[in-house]
Amino acid sequence: MRFDLEVIPHWIKPGSRVLDLGCGDGELLQKLQNDKQVNGLGIEIDEEQITACIGKGLNIVEQDLNKGLANFQDDSFDIVVMAHALQTLHDPHVVIDEMLRVGKECIVTFPNFAHWSCRLHLNTKGRMPVSKFMPYSWYDTPNIHFCTVKDFEVLCAENAIKVLSSTVVSHDSSESFLGALLPNLFGVTAVYHISR
Amino acid sequence: MSEQSVDNVATESQPQSIGIVTPQSQHFDQPLVLASGRVLSEYDVVYETYGELNADKSNAILICHALSGHHHAAGFHQGDKKPGWWDHYIGPGKPIDSQRFFIVSMNNLGGCHGSTGPTSINPETGKAWQSDFPHMRCRDWVNSQRNLMKLLGIDQWAAVIGGSLGGMQAMRWALEYPDELRHCIVIASATKLTAQNIAFNEVARQAISSDPDFHDGFYIDHNVIPKRGLRLARMVGHITYLSEDGMGQKFGRELKAGSFMLGSDDDVEFQVESYLRYQGDMFSEVFDANTYILMTKALDYFDLAREYGDDAIAAFSHAKCSFFVVSFTSDWRFSTQRSREIVDALVAANKPVSYAEIEADFGHDAFLIPNKRYENVFHAYMQRVAEGCQ
Repeated sequence: MRFDLEVIPHWIKPGSRVLDLGCGDGELLQKLQNDKQVNGLGIEIDEEQITACIGKGLNIVEQDLNKGLANFQDDSFDIVVMAHALQTLHDPHVVIDEMLRVGKECIVTFPNFAHWSCRLHLNTKGRMPVSKFMPYSWYDTPNIHFCTVKDFEVLCAENAIKVLSSTVVSHDSSESFLGALLPNLFGVTAVYHISR
Repeated sequence: MSEQSVDNVATESQPQSIGIVTPQSQHFDQPLVLASGRVLSEYDVVYETYGELNADKSNAILICHALSGHHHAAGFHQGDKKPGWWDHYIGPGKPIDSQRFFIVSMNNLGGCHGSTGPTSINPETGKAWQSDFPHMRCRDWVNSQRNLMKLLGIDQWAAVIGGSLGGMQAMRWALEYPDELRHCIVIASATKLTAQNIAFNEVARQAISSDPDFHDGFYIDHNVIPKRGLRLARMVGHITYLSEDGMGQKFGRELKAGSFMLGSDDDVEFQVESYLRYQGDMFSEVFDANTYILMTKALDYFDLAREYGDDAIAAFSHAKCSFFVVSFTSDWRFSTQRSREIVDALVAANKPVSYAEIEADFGHDAFLIPNKRYENVFHAYMQRVAEGCQ
């Protein structure tokens, strides 16, 4: 399981009503349903992923996040999660704003573009980083809005978004230690628990 | 209960035909009180079943038909070359798998394929009902389906499934008898029609009623049938069930006869004209005009939330089942927006729901046509329905 998906459940209370935006194949939702008995709903746009989710018995609605969340009522979910989808959105700040309207609390995870390996790649090779976690070339990537841990914190500050807690996850335990000290340099994926 | 209607149940896992099926008929003596206040003192329903009811009767599926549909949803009647209207999706190895489920499909009351309707004899007069036959609402169909359900010894449907007008019946089931279905599958449907939809239905009805052979609906008394009106009604309807692209793909601007050179002096006939005429002709041979009027009226008057303060969320709050909603991108008669309204109301009512929007070229008719993605996602959902059966 992807590292950020292992962290997210710690911040979710059993029995919560959870909306998972860009839920992919439903791995997180399934874990939350099994371990925390949440009442979960996933939003996804990829046809095969939707079929996979339905096959797993998950509730899944086909919807394009780029068209917003206007169809969901204010505070209708205990928690709205968006794991590894922020960087693929046309207007990530608008979607975050909407998440905070629809959910009492939100959890956002994203790849940290300031991770040392990205910096090194760009510095030494002069080319856009390609890694296991970002396995695309610049021209065919779904990731169109990369940001860093620092960038995200600035966005939160500017938009009066409360950061309830945050962490970064890394490839291995030694990096996790460094990530706690210098998240923007050593965090591969950032995980933010936020609210209004 | 009468004997199993499927004579030939295939056993292989590859999708295949259900084989030869025989419709069954059931008479009911118990009066049915209709939403209109009128009462059917007795009535018959015709239905087909596919597959076998399991020991604890947990695998029963109800298929609700749309406007011009009927009980013959899958397989072949003896001697027929064309299968039932939903044969692509019902059968061994198909999404609604007859090897797993016991599938029931009934001709709605007011229909013209065996269930009591305008062409049946009114026991009080000894003459055909014709346009005196009471108008039906979706809930009347649901009630009559429930009577058949009880007779078949079924306490709860594993799923009630319907497209278009059938989807409306499925939703009505979820609200009227929330404990008696586990899944509600609503395909290319809506909580109520739009003004544009009602307008098309009205054009169709006017086409019928303005036929000189209509005689206020008492055409049987005059030994005629309003074929021209019915044909026109079907042609209008047919156009609205297809999409512009779908028609373009299927017919283009090809001529079947004549030529553009000689213009209107020649017998210029576009393929699409010929197709519509053929469809209209076929339909006017087999369908009853009063039934067409009755079915379109039932569509027009369907309003899921009317008695719940016009609030679909309040309406759905009564449901206890899981929902699966499907729409098709080129369907403009029951657009994807209408399905999204259903989904949004279900989410707001905190009901379990899944929704897929299928890319398809064939307009409203897409729900009957083979489509890989539709089949896959339908299959996946039905897998889940099957898991809930013992």
